[in-house]
Amino acid sequence: MYRNHILVCGGTGCSSGNSKKVHDEFEIQIKEAGLENEVKIITTGCFGLCACGPVVVVYPEGAFYQHIKPENVKEIVDEHIIKGRIVSKLLYKETSETNIKALNETAFYKNQKRVALKNCGYIDPENVEEYIAYDGYQALIKCYNELTPQEVVDIVKASGLRGRGGGGFPTGLKWQFTKNSVNDKKFVCCNADEGDPGAFMDRSVLEGDPHAVIEAMTIAGYAIGSDQGYVYVRAEYPIAVKRLQIAINQAKAYGLLGKNILGTNNNFDLEIRLGSGAFVCGEETALMASIEGLRGEPRPRPPFPAVKGLFGKPTLLNNVETYANIPQIILKGADWFASMGTEKSKGTKVFALGGKITNTGLVEIPMGTTLRTIIEDIGGGIPNGKKFKAAQTGGPSGGCIPAMHFDIPMDYDNLISIGSMMGSGGLIVMDEDNCMVDIAKFFLEFTQEESCGKCTPCRIGTKRLLEYLEKITEGKATMQDLDDMEKLCYYIKDNSLCGLGQTAPNPVLSTLRYFRDEYEAHVKEKRCPAGVCKSLLQYYITEDCKGCTLCAKKCPVGAISGKVKERHIIDVDKCIKCGVCKDVCKFGAVIKK
Amino acid sequence: MKSIADINAIREKMQKVLGTRDAQDDADTRIVIGMATCGIAAGARPVFTAFLEEAAKRNLGNVKVTQSGCLGMCKFEPMAQVYIPGKEVVTYVKLDAEAAKRIVSEHIVNGNVVAEYTLDIE
Repeated sequence: MYRNHILVCGGTGCSSGNSKKVHDEFEIQIKEAGLENEVKIITTGCFGLCACGPVVVVYPEGAFYQHIKPENVKEIVDEHIIKGRIVSKLLYKETSETNIKALNETAFYKNQKRVALKNCGYIDPENVEEYIAYDGYQALIKCYNELTPQEVVDIVKASGLRGRGGGGFPTGLKWQFTKNSVNDKKFVCCNADEGDPGAFMDRSVLEGDPHAVIEAMTIAGYAIGSDQGYVYVRAEYPIAVKRLQIAINQAKAYGLLGKNILGTNNNFDLEIRLGSGAFVCGEETALMASIEGLRGEPRPRPPFPAVKGLFGKPTLLNNVETYANIPQIILKGADWFASMGTEKSKGTKVFALGGKITNTGLVEIPMGTTLRTIIEDIGGGIPNGKKFKAAQTGGPSGGCIPAMHFDIPMDYDNLISIGSMMGSGGLIVMDEDNCMVDIAKFFLEFTQEESCGKCTPCRIGTKRLLEYLEKITEGKATMQDLDDMEKLCYYIKDNSLCGLGQTAPNPVLSTLRYFRDEYEAHVKEKRCPAGVCKSLLQYYITEDCKGCTLCAKKCPVGAISGKVKERHIIDVDKCIKCGVCKDVCKFGAVIKK
Repeated sequence: MKSIADINAIREKMQKVLGTRDAQDDADTRIVIGMATCGIAAGARPVFTAFLEEAAKRNLGNVKVTQSGCLGMCKFEPMAQVYIPGKEVVTYVKLDAEAAKRIVSEHIVNGNVVAEYTLDIE
């Protein structure tokens, strides 16, 4: 028995902040203090509050330390571990304000409901026994002991769980279709090819709780009658791949995967397939082609994977987060799951909060939570007193939610009704300094580059669409271009082969819908209201200039001239609009026009 | 290869180990040992370990053994305070490992305060 558990976050966010060194330093210090038999140190998955990383939590006090560097470790060991005095200056600010506040009482965690992320940040993902302690593999045992395959499918159906990868198709139906297909071989696949810019939900689940996915896929294998599974995961997720592989190896060693699982007659094996980061491989038919070793290109549906999928066999394909919900649905029942969320969207959803928000990180909330709660309460609001402009959901396939819809309950159907979509769960917050045309251009640059090129509307359409956007941001477009661009959007949507092309124009359409005035300002007045589009900007020195010459010295192209103690001038022909002069001016005399 | 019974055995064993990580619960009994310089110098460490071992041996899942700083009465160290929900706090002084074991069995388990070690300021 250990008196203290030190949990060091080892998610990708905290790892890039050097949490590995923090872990090592704890081992050294604890050893030096002679406490290695009293204190347990583990590395966990993501705690969610990535903005405060690297994060360290010490139990049983539950002290939540933020921004921990290796040099802070000695102080924590000396004060907290040896003398029992929590180092309050290193605590997460909200927990140290009034004495010591428990972590789940803070605004960030209080409004969350963790189902898929249940174990993330609590267990050592590289130790299957810790997963077992938190009811791991009990759902699988329950399926083998008490439930027929059809009963398992019925529970998933009754729970109302819908695909968390973005489409929102009812998961139970997918299981039923695949179960109904008659064949000598079937496959269970997991889509972990999370490619949306700003999305890291699936990565965090695989890093923090890989066994939940393994258990769920084994349950799926039992339910639909399959003995082979594949997890298709991006090679760009090295930590997730490593932990998943360790988890698979441990599961095999414990008889939780392989032949005669847990001494029963059930067989299920699992393998990892690495994707090379092509966005289109997140599309189900392209993903399966890639597993088969072919080029990652989509094909027309039907036939759907449930009928003819991987290697031409019936295949069940779900997203990581969808699977992570399954074991708890089996254990706690469909009614428990269906009691959370809205009428048509049950359960919870994980969002990756990013952009202009205080608490960047990973949050899980019941479906139907409003954007206001997510941004103001959980997210801690917009930094620097700026004003909220819009939130982008669904990545390059989604759209914007403007301030007028701040109180809309977030679920699949509501988001579609306002021209956005749930998507996989990336949520990028934008403030008044973001130009909506520029945002649309950013996403189009992404989809245009990621288009696989198989079908013409997507390959050429996205290229032409991007050209329109470039014209607008350069101030060369006409109102006719704006109309033509909108028509092209619908053409691409209606004629593309797969989801990539069908949704690629969404960022343009939704910004046109809510921020048409910004587009028109670019076209008619040749002006970027947010001051982002460089071609439409001019830097200008006002009468407040004291002639300190600092800007002239810092200008990389020598575009600023003027005598000491006299007002300076910018040569607009030489200016490259880098903004250095504005940043260095102590008198606020340089402005953007 | 493990059977279902093996998995359940692992689960039970590990739940004890990981109980430390459960959220602080007001329903839990807490044993808080003074572990400041004075306490440690007077021998608080073996007392602490004895509390831990005894609680583990008796499967007392809802008992948390933690530490605190100096209580200000250094001459009474090693000290420990026992918080049982709904009961008055009991402060024990001048402890050793043997006393720690008795406190767990007599006070925590059976509810009888071990009078000979309680604080008695005249």
